Amino acid sequence: MRREIPLAITFLIGVFMLVDFFVPHTAVTTSADELKQWGIIVIAASILLGIGNLVRVHSKKIARRNEGWGYSIITLTVMAVMLWLGLWPGAHLGPNEMIGTVEQGTPFNWMFLFMQVPLQSTMFSLLAFFIASAAYRAFRLRSAEASLLLIAAIIVMLGRVPLGQLLTRNLPEHAQLPWITETIMAYPNMAAFRGILMGAALGVMAMGLRIILGIERSYLGGEK
Amino acid sequence: MARGFNIRSIDRRIIFVLIFVAVAIPLIKPMGLPIGVSPPVQSLYDAVDALPPGTIVMLGGDYSPDSMPELQPMTIAFLRHAFKKDLRVVITCLWPASPPLIEAALTPLVEEFGKEYGVDYVNLGYMTGGPVTILGMGNSITGTFPRDYYGTPVGEIPLMDEVSNLSDVALVMEVSAGTPGTREWVQQAVSRFDVRLGSGTTAVGAPNFYPYVSSGQLIGLLGGLKGAAEYETLVGAPADATKGMDAQSIVHALIVFFILFGNVVYFVSKRSAAVADGRSRS
Amino acid sequence: MSWLQEFFTGAPGTTTAVVWGTWVGALLTLCIYSFLYKDNPFYKFAESLFVGIGAAYWLAILYHNTLKPKLFVALFPGDSGEPVLWYRVFPGILAIFMLLRFFPKLSWLSRWALAFIVGMYAAVNLTGFAQADFVEQIYATMTTPLTGGGVLSFILNLSAVVGVVAVLLYFFFSKEHKGAMGVAAKIGILYLMVAFGASFGYTVMGRVSLLIGRMTFLLRDWLHVID
Repeated sequence: MRREIPLAITFLIGVFMLVDFFVPHTAVTTSADELKQWGIIVIAASILLGIGNLVRVHSKKIARRNEGWGYSIITLTVMAVMLWLGLWPGAHLGPNEMIGTVEQGTPFNWMFLFMQVPLQSTMFSLLAFFIASAAYRAFRLRSAEASLLLIAAIIVMLGRVPLGQLLTRNLPEHAQLPWITETIMAYPNMAAFRGILMGAALGVMAMGLRIILGIERSYLGGEK
Repeated sequence: MARGFNIRSIDRRIIFVLIFVAVAIPLIKPMGLPIGVSPPVQSLYDAVDALPPGTIVMLGGDYSPDSMPELQPMTIAFLRHAFKKDLRVVITCLWPASPPLIEAALTPLVEEFGKEYGVDYVNLGYMTGGPVTILGMGNSITGTFPRDYYGTPVGEIPLMDEVSNLSDVALVMEVSAGTPGTREWVQQAVSRFDVRLGSGTTAVGAPNFYPYVSSGQLIGLLGGLKGAAEYETLVGAPADATKGMDAQSIVHALIVFFILFGNVVYFVSKRSAAVADGRSRS
Repeated sequence: MSWLQEFFTGAPGTTTAVVWGTWVGALLTLCIYSFLYKDNPFYKFAESLFVGIGAAYWLAILYHNTLKPKLFVALFPGDSGEPVLWYRVFPGILAIFMLLRFFPKLSWLSRWALAFIVGMYAAVNLTGFAQADFVEQIYATMTTPLTGGGVLSFILNLSAVVGVVAVLLYFFFSKEHKGAMGVAAKIGILYLMVAFGASFGYTVMGRVSLLIGRMTFLLRDWLHVID
């Protein structure tokens, strides 16, 4: 029963959502709409699960004094502070009046805007340095295909910035880098990604059917 | 690696310093390179520009701080255009980090254009669920977002009296950093509810969406910081994206140089290794 | 002198919260960039803050914007004037089931909640992909205009159609890539290489833009050396 009931739930919900797609009758759409709201709530619970798991991992690390456990204390402490600021009984995400000035907002907002925003955006901006280093070390003209890839990359890199426009501005329109770049994007690039898109769509459709029909069960885990 | 000059012997921190300098100098001493407008940006701008005053449009803000440098200028440029045209804007977010970022974009614009919350624009905040949430909005926006970002029931917001579902929205501008984002909006809203969708995406995502532009599923596309700069140019308010274009140009040129130099060094060292090999055999 | 003053107190009209915020943001930015030299305690400290604040932020906004209006207010509207939606008890139970995963003896119940989501997303994605990424792409390819736009337009549009077919054939592995099929697959590879090259170019653009964003923050908002 521990596997049959979930399989039945997946089948019933899946089939009903498919019916909702093909039968736009009020009785169907109203119920399907409510089911979507249920789905949103359950998804929210799955996010709670993920965050709970994060707390568990860091707590274990601290309890076992694993390497870097001090940093786990920082993570959990700042998490507790942020949670308190965001969830204490009077907490809100800022009244409408806060549109006007950031500082009228809550400390919760302050921590987000002045700590999370710089941390997250800087962390991802590190990639600019690494991609430059990778371009120097790894991008090699080893074959005809690689050369094509490299030429397309160079044209796009120069053609998508004002410099490319400046360098080729005196040439005929169809020889200017911005035009060539846009043509690459709109034709060969478009064609390749359309092919990939259609292939992936077939895969998703097949997987969807397998899940709904109970053929694909890996999401239920291995145990009985 | 071939003998002779060892390409890996160069400390990558030298490359890091060069990149750092190539970004900083054009920001400090701007060159003001010209910004041309590409067709997907122009068509999106034209579609928004053709809407009569008072029309309700939607802004889907689906990004987080990591893509903010690219996407925040798009949000600002689109909102500026909408407010300038007296369009009314409903904002929804499928990414948790978006609502305060959108709010930060709104703050100066609301003051500049004298817009009133709940009448001229509304921020419905974050809703989890991705494609299911978009699908839900197709039938009922108020059912899917029962309260706004600040917790006000949507029944108390005048603008929401006129917005029942996606068919009440003339155009959706989706500013997207990934999943859920542009793809989900095309799949759920365009195909099923005939929504007119424009999109601003990160540069990483943009090439994937050209099939949607070509098929007409997207009415226009802003790709990365350059797309944002183009929209800023069209709106007539050059801002952060435009200011970044000089630095963008110089760093691209530098990276192209790295690639070419790396290859020259590679082939030279390969050839000298082959020559040395030949000698040792003979 | 005025620059020095701005450096410590912010531009005229800036409030203390923003001045402090900018300094905190700048120092955290430098902590992260210190990783470029090598991994170090400053970077690790900033990383720990990032994880903690991010998770708590998500949880709080999830409560305020999703769980509160959709579940708690729906079940207990109090004097907000909104109707009681008693049937939201069911997703509430499923949500609790989901969290039972933390308790090994009852974790099997979380499969019910998982099954609900999986069934829903399987169907929603099935129809979404089928319509938008499959049928509409075939339609768009088949209706590509080949006439009326001049020679260049004809060549480009034809090349797009050829490209789509060639890429599809390249991904078709049920027949050996020999003869005509082999030629088509080779053409498919060429299209894919151009697309991947273009994607690489765009990826570089994206990464560099992120750096420009942070540098603008440091040079303008913190150091006040640019406008």
